[in-house]
Amino acid sequence: MTLIQAQDPASTPEDPETVAANEDVLATPSSRRPERWLRFVIPVVMLLLLLGVWQVYVTMANVPQYILPSPLRIAQALGTDWGILGSALLVTLKITLSALILALIGGVVLAVLMAQSRWIELALYPYAVILQVTPVVAIAPLILIYAPSTQVALLFCAWIVAFFPVLSNTTQGLKSTDHNLLNLFEMYRASRWQTLRYLQMPNALPYFLAGLRIAGGLALIAAVVAEFAAGSAGAGSGLAFRLLEAQFRLNIPRLFAALFLLSMTGVVIFLGTSLISHLLLRKWHESSIRREN
Amino acid sequence: MAGNAHSHGGQTARSLVALRSVSKTFSNGTVALKNMSLDIREGEFVSLLGPSGCGKSTALRIIAGLGEPTSGAIDWPKANYDAAGRAEPEVGFVFQEPTLMPWATVFDNVWLPFRLRGMSRSAARERVMDALAMVGLEKFGNAYPRELSGGMKMRVSIARALVTRPKILLMDEPFAALDEITRFKLNNDLLRLWENFGWTVVFVTHSVIESVYMSSRIVVMAARPGRVIDDIAIDAPFPRSDEFRTSPLYNDYSRTVSQALHSAMGANDHL
Ligand SMILES: Nc1ncnc2c1ncn2[C@@H]1O[C@H](COP(=O)(O)OP(=O)(O)OP(=O)(O)O)[C@@H](O)[C@H]1O
Ligand SMILES: [Mg+2]
Repeated sequence: MTLIQAQDPASTPEDPETVAANEDVLATPSSRRPERWLRFVIPVVMLLLLLGVWQVYVTMANVPQYILPSPLRIAQALGTDWGILGSALLVTLKITLSALILALIGGVVLAVLMAQSRWIELALYPYAVILQVTPVVAIAPLILIYAPSTQVALLFCAWIVAFFPVLSNTTQGLKSTDHNLLNLFEMYRASRWQTLRYLQMPNALPYFLAGLRIAGGLALIAAVVAEFAAGSAGAGSGLAFRLLEAQFRLNIPRLFAALFLLSMTGVVIFLGTSLISHLLLRKWHESSIRREN
Repeated sequence: MAGNAHSHGGQTARSLVALRSVSKTFSNGTVALKNMSLDIREGEFVSLLGPSGCGKSTALRIIAGLGEPTSGAIDWPKANYDAAGRAEPEVGFVFQEPTLMPWATVFDNVWLPFRLRGMSRSAARERVMDALAMVGLEKFGNAYPRELSGGMKMRVSIARALVTRPKILLMDEPFAALDEITRFKLNNDLLRLWENFGWTVVFVTHSVIESVYMSSRIVVMAARPGRVIDDIAIDAPFPRSDEFRTSPLYNDYSRTVSQALHSAMGANDHL
């Protein structure tokens, strides 16, 4: 029997372009190489430039530090106030990450349930939407009344906000399974569990991961917003509370330091979730595949 | 070479599956099939040919056990029944699209039918590799579908359908999306496999060329409501090759089948 070998050499792993691209990293500079290191260098240079201008402006114009502290002054505040800010960061991190993890669990479990039965979906989805569309700042005072502690209240607020993107994305992913593949599974008498495990879940993975990336950012935002609300109720020691407190006391360098820590937390969460997503999808999903044409 | 090993489509072969006055009306009122009867005998290569919307896919899906007919019955010989009364999945199905799982390697895609029966990867390895070898992809077990060309994906899909060694292979316009060169090549490869292994194939197509070239029998269908209007035996010897494509016999059959198809379309105009 004559058998067909690779008909489309352009897409086999030995593709000359792929090889060339891989050698790029090690070999002599080629026309493509600058793009790689510029991707890191340009943002860093830009950052240094901005900080430099800021520092110079504040020094030259003698701007008082309670109006705009210089970058060096902020760095100094970060050092001297680390005792307060560090522990506040830890609190915020703990709330954000636990809310995110609980949101992932809750979102996925609920999505799987809703994918199993139209009735469950009809019963639950409207409430998930209502929870989502009601501004969390508005629910926070209520939650503060019922929750056993402020920490639990904050966690709950962050969870409400973070879980919806996970739920809706995962539901979408579970439902958008190719109908022919579903037919195929039916033809081979796959059980419900097998269909879920081998077909719907892998199919939903890219959707879930997109939800994760959104939820990661939202969890932090919600943790901060809820703490603003809770702070006015008189308790808390997360970064948001420290930020408000610094503003209240006109300790502007510390305010900036707290703000810096919050942004960095957000960036790290974003990078972390993006990395997870890339690692899980790089082998097969379009979003992780470099175009080679 | 006239003396081929199998009695392809011979009148003596026993019935493998039969549609008995099968009708199918969809919930929106579309009558996809009306009183369709069709007897498929062991070892036949049957093409279902007809205009778009005449119910070819519907008929094929009903044979595959996807969707019950509204009335009528599908008869499988006793040996093919299971306790639940449905046909064993000794049915291989090939869709128009490759319908592969993009997250799974070629090997894992072909392993799927066994995996769903609880067979481990290592236990299924030999059978999977056999099936991949049949379609010429034994070197591509670790590739992902996106790394394959359209023709290669279709081969994986065929390997997956063949891996369980089904009694009957159902194919729904499997090569319709491919270019002509790849398509001729796959036509030949499929014919070789069929000649060597003696399965039964039901092959849905729009193409007169393809159906005359490959089939031992062509069932022509008309639309609205979907039904069989002609049943033409192609009595040309196997194995067939490109020589057959240029023979007078081939031309005669093409003309006959084209005319039948024409009247199938014409039958529509009066409705
Ligand atoms: N799930 C469905 N619900 C409602 N109507 C359907 C459904 N599936 C098919 N039909 C209708 O039934 C008729 C037959 O469809 P079918 O897909 O079997 O045709 P076909 O011969 O395979 O056509 P094609 O050659 O275009 O694939 C068509 O009129 C189609 O619109
Ligand atoms: Mg069809």
